[in-house]
Amino acid sequence: MLSENKSPTINHTPGHVKHDGHNMTGFIIFLCSESIIFFAFFVGYGILKVTAPVWYPEGIDGIAVKEPLINTVILVSSSFVIYFAEKSLHKKNLWGFRSIWFITMLMGSYFVYGQYIEWSELSFSLQSGVFGGMFYLLTGFHGLHVITGILLMGLMLYRSFLPNNYKGGEMGVESVSLFWHFVDVIWIILFVLIYLWQ
Amino acid sequence: MTIINYDQRLVKSKNPYPKGPNDWKRFFSFNTDAKVIGIQYIVTALFFLLLGGLLGMLVRGELITPPSDLFDPTVYNGLYTMHGTVMLFLFLFPMLSGLTNLLVPPMIGAPDMAFPKLNALAFWLVPVFSIILLLSFFVPGGPASSGWWSYPPISIQNPLGKMINGEMLWITAISLSGISSIMGAVNFVTTIIRMRAPGMGFFKMPIFIWTVLAAQLLQLLGLPALTGGAIMLFFDLSFGTSFFRIEGGGDPVLFQHFFWFYSHPAVYVMVLPVFGIFSELFPVYARKPLFGYKFVAVASFGITILSLVVWVHHMFYTGTPMWMRNLFMFTTMLIAVPTGVKVFAWIATLWGGNLRLSTPMLFCLGGLFNFIFGGITGVMLATVPVDIHVGNTYFVVAHFHYIIFNTIAFGIFAGIYHWFPKFTGRMFYEGLGKVHFALTFIGATLNWLPLHWAGLLGMPRRVASYDPEFAIWNVIASIGAFILGVASIPFILNMVSSWVRGKAAPPNPWKAIGLEWLLPSPPPHENFEDDIPTVLNEPYCYGLDKPFVQDEQFYIDKSFKKH
Repeated sequence: MLSENKSPTINHTPGHVKHDGHNMTGFIIFLCSESIIFFAFFVGYGILKVTAPVWYPEGIDGIAVKEPLINTVILVSSSFVIYFAEKSLHKKNLWGFRSIWFITMLMGSYFVYGQYIEWSELSFSLQSGVFGGMFYLLTGFHGLHVITGILLMGLMLYRSFLPNNYKGGEMGVESVSLFWHFVDVIWIILFVLIYLWQ
Repeated sequence: MTIINYDQRLVKSKNPYPKGPNDWKRFFSFNTDAKVIGIQYIVTALFFLLLGGLLGMLVRGELITPPSDLFDPTVYNGLYTMHGTVMLFLFLFPMLSGLTNLLVPPMIGAPDMAFPKLNALAFWLVPVFSIILLLSFFVPGGPASSGWWSYPPISIQNPLGKMINGEMLWITAISLSGISSIMGAVNFVTTIIRMRAPGMGFFKMPIFIWTVLAAQLLQLLGLPALTGGAIMLFFDLSFGTSFFRIEGGGDPVLFQHFFWFYSHPAVYVMVLPVFGIFSELFPVYARKPLFGYKFVAVASFGITILSLVVWVHHMFYTGTPMWMRNLFMFTTMLIAVPTGVKVFAWIATLWGGNLRLSTPMLFCLGGLFNFIFGGITGVMLATVPVDIHVGNTYFVVAHFHYIIFNTIAFGIFAGIYHWFPKFTGRMFYEGLGKVHFALTFIGATLNWLPLHWAGLLGMPRRVASYDPEFAIWNVIASIGAFILGVASIPFILNMVSSWVRGKAAPPNPWKAIGLEWLLPSPPPHENFEDDIPTVLNEPYCYGLDKPFVQDEQFYIDKSFKKH
């Protein structure tokens, strides 16, 4: 222990830590956790598919792959597009960022539209056995994430018009972009499970 | 005997709160200060401890006589389901979130949590889902009645055919509780990873912080699986899907996998912070360094990893294949290794120590004693032949109450008493605390020790009536339960009267080492503000010539100044 007469040399560490600096860490932790829900659904899908006595509902022996494949290509390529949007923001090219970012939003919206068309053309429903339930649960839960992603992108687009928005860094844009990649990877696994593994 | 030497330089202020008497209002507001949120959590949780305890006593009241005479068996089903749900999701989880909120920022020298608003939101979800859960008492058909694990096919029966029924409200409440816990876990993990004081490397963190980190990582990894299962259960119940319906090609055992993949680790989510409290308190009250600090710290992560691969031991008797039983019997028994490391470290810490038997220490010793007993019955239950024999009997009930109440709740009480002066700025009454401990220990032992015999003799759980041969064990257990109910009186009396008019607490009444004890009692709004100490050693160097922080005397002097 130090004696009283010794003058203390205090390292002044700033106590008022900026909270923004932790957003990315927190968001990555959240995404890891969120992926476990999908993981649970995927495992459930796999187990039910292997063990269920009847898989497809009556009158159906598979689902079409062609349209979903187009959808997949668009969603996966939007992941590359969003990368370039982020890159132009790093280069301080604001209008470049806004336009490419908006293109990503359009691609995401097209994916949701394609999903809607597919759903409305299907002949089975949520109640059609285990497959019906699983199909709508997985695509629906993923679709909710896509819609969330588009809304978040819209928010970031709006915020890009606010003055001094990027003073504290581009955490928001980076987080949304990370979320978009996450939604993308989940879709690829989902596509393989539902459409390719028939 | 216990003599606690209070520091002579007591803070003489009458009201330890800076903002004046109207200050209590902040506890009813959307406050983002972790210390306020912590107390909000703890007080809410204690309210639900009383409610859950009341439900438990009603259950024990029914079981004091062999026939089902006090309640209709259907009502009884609702009572034990709600007792378990209230105790786990409304008492234990909020209580531990509260302790974690109070302790993590001061212990690591952070001003607040990483995401204060998220923190407040996570707390305010608690009253929301609590009300949803309790409303289920008033819907037609009564509350959920399929036990706290809600196994299909029982849980997806909806005899009245109503959209809003007890089970549906139960699933909604549990899912909201899960969202609240995930918000908390993201916050705790980020705070611990990013906001530690300078010099506080991982191997200089207090064990409580280690265990919180381990427990919250477990929440992040396990809880979403339960949420996934709950969503599917909800669809089965309300939207006519057949994920868990045999007649629709589904698999009810799949739900058990989802449920136990989280709900077994959930036990460790609850017990790990209590291990942390034991590890903090034994060195303080034995005046000795914690034995094997690094091993105790790493053992927390050993428990985390192993607990993710043991869940099938809850399903030994639900048609699991033999290879699965053997595998999970092995992994379950492996958990005894890191847990044993901790138990031996605590005993070695106590060995030859200068024990001060004050209330927190008594609760710790009682909790450790009960944990060793509950751990041994746990290993018995992990053994497949024993489990198939006693599964779903009162032996299981007795075992998990020995862990969940006699260990976890004891540790929580120890923690509440130990840190009470720090966060309220008042000393509690030692005598009342000892009465509380004595009643709790006697009540808990009488309540759950006899049930081991009832279970071994074959008394099944979750049944309102039983064979008269089990009567003696049940009478003793019910008396124990009522003593436990009485034990809450000295506790409430102590907490309320000490907080209102207790003696002002010095910054470090127990002469403990730790960053939180270098702060005034109660700590100022942002803890250390701009003077965060540089940590030199782990906080267990009692009696060693190793300084804890740089310029310790400066902080000690500062902690006596009024803020």
